[in-house]
Amino acid sequence: MIDRLLGALAFVGNRTVSALQGMGRGWGLFAGATASIRNVDVWLPHLLPQMARVGVASVPIALFIATFTGIVMSLQASYTLTGAIPVYFVGTLVGKTMILELGPVLTALTLAGRVGANISAELGTMRVTEQVDALETLAYDPLAYLVVPRVFAAIFMFPIVVLLAIGIGIASGWFTALQLLDMSSPEFVKGLRLFFEPWDVWFAVIKSVSFGAVVTGVGCYFGLQTERGAEGVGRSATQTVVVASMLILCLDAFWATVLL
Amino acid sequence: MSIRLTEVQKAFGPKEVLKGFTMCIDDGETAAIVGPSGIGKSVLLKHVVGLLRPDAGSVVVDGVSVPELDRKGLHRLRRGIGYVFQFAALFDSMTVAENVGMGLRRIPGWDRRRIEKRVEDCLSLVELAGTGDRYPAQLSGGQRKRAGLARAIAPRPKFLLYDEPTTGLDPVTTSVIDRLILRMRDELGVTGLVVTHDMTSAFRVADRITLLHDGRARFSGTPAEVRTASDPVLKGFVEGDPDLYYRDGWRREGMHAGGQDHGA
Repeated sequence: MIDRLLGALAFVGNRTVSALQGMGRGWGLFAGATASIRNVDVWLPHLLPQMARVGVASVPIALFIATFTGIVMSLQASYTLTGAIPVYFVGTLVGKTMILELGPVLTALTLAGRVGANISAELGTMRVTEQVDALETLAYDPLAYLVVPRVFAAIFMFPIVVLLAIGIGIASGWFTALQLLDMSSPEFVKGLRLFFEPWDVWFAVIKSVSFGAVVTGVGCYFGLQTERGAEGVGRSATQTVVVASMLILCLDAFWATVLL
Repeated sequence: MSIRLTEVQKAFGPKEVLKGFTMCIDDGETAAIVGPSGIGKSVLLKHVVGLLRPDAGSVVVDGVSVPELDRKGLHRLRRGIGYVFQFAALFDSMTVAENVGMGLRRIPGWDRRRIEKRVEDCLSLVELAGTGDRYPAQLSGGQRKRAGLARAIAPRPKFLLYDEPTTGLDPVTTSVIDRLILRMRDELGVTGLVVTHDMTSAFRVADRITLLHDGRARFSGTPAEVRTASDPVLKGFVEGDPDLYYRDGWRREGMHAGGQDHGA
């Protein structure tokens, strides 16, 4: 009995130490990457290509998801509001939820898989094949070369992708309302404008910036921590998606508490 | 222009890899550190270039104490050191020419033309002329090693560190690489440190050979001295005789206890 208790305590203790060590390494990476920003000549040439990889290449999947989210939102809003509530509230629900929540969060969760796992696998492969060490021996700062351009690219591009997703989501919801719900455009637009606040868009942008930094930061962290070959690379990619998704939802709650 | 390792100790968790390794490599000399895989040879090499810090002891390169250097100092030091990785560690998203030119782009005042010229020269030196526009995946193992060597020598380093330069190569390609290592010493005058478990190669390229055993330098001498030494552990390793090598009951942790290897 005592052995079991001690075993459980040791397990919890080891896990706690391991989590604290991970947090310490994470802060170390953050501090190192922040200090590396001054090596502009190293990261700047890679910023545009990374913006294309992180942002432009993510547009199709983000828009695909936003399109169907808009359709479903419109149909579910109509189903929920049947009866007492005026039908133009469909526009309100679609607009508000796409801007405040579904546009930023669904897009970020999707990009955690697409971008985060990609970065983690790429950097993990570079780590296990000693390419990161090779960078160091060639007098490059790996954080400036690998981490800074990716994080900056996501900070710039996530809001753009999210705004596009919001636009497409609302447009698909609008189209659905016209085609399937017998609503007119003026009715939908009336609902859309009813509780619209320009601040809502800024709220989405602020969230997207933080999501971009988290997804790429977590991807870089797990990628650079990778050990033990292909298995390690796979584990890093998985950990990236799981941790980034959890952090996105935590940040989502944080921003809702702080900004709304 | 020498490399001095004094009483270097390094442990990874409970596993002590280096327990007080001492060695000195003089200017213009090519030294080899030999020992079986997993003994800590690559760990030693990484101390020289500052990729790892010793737990105790000193690592002095060209009169500079490596563990005491900050990031800027390390970058300055590394501009004078070429590192040839065991599996070449070429950047697979870049062409061979871009790989070779990587170190040159960090040198102030080097324009594109000058870099291209130097890349061509280096590729010719390692007999890879005309392969600049290929990607690493399109090269054979031997070509990749030579491309890695070209990348290491491109910034004209004072020191060249070779991590298992002939591992996994056929005998002919091994000879080609060995000849290149000798050319680097004779034509470029670089001080070389080769870690290898290939004794044929070590005898061919090294002015001095040191056996790394149980975290320490067990024996150090010229190739002739190594051949005639009576130390059973050295003889066991040179002749590939496990009974002789393990005669004193010493066992490598990683081989028997499932411990983790930290490089060759």
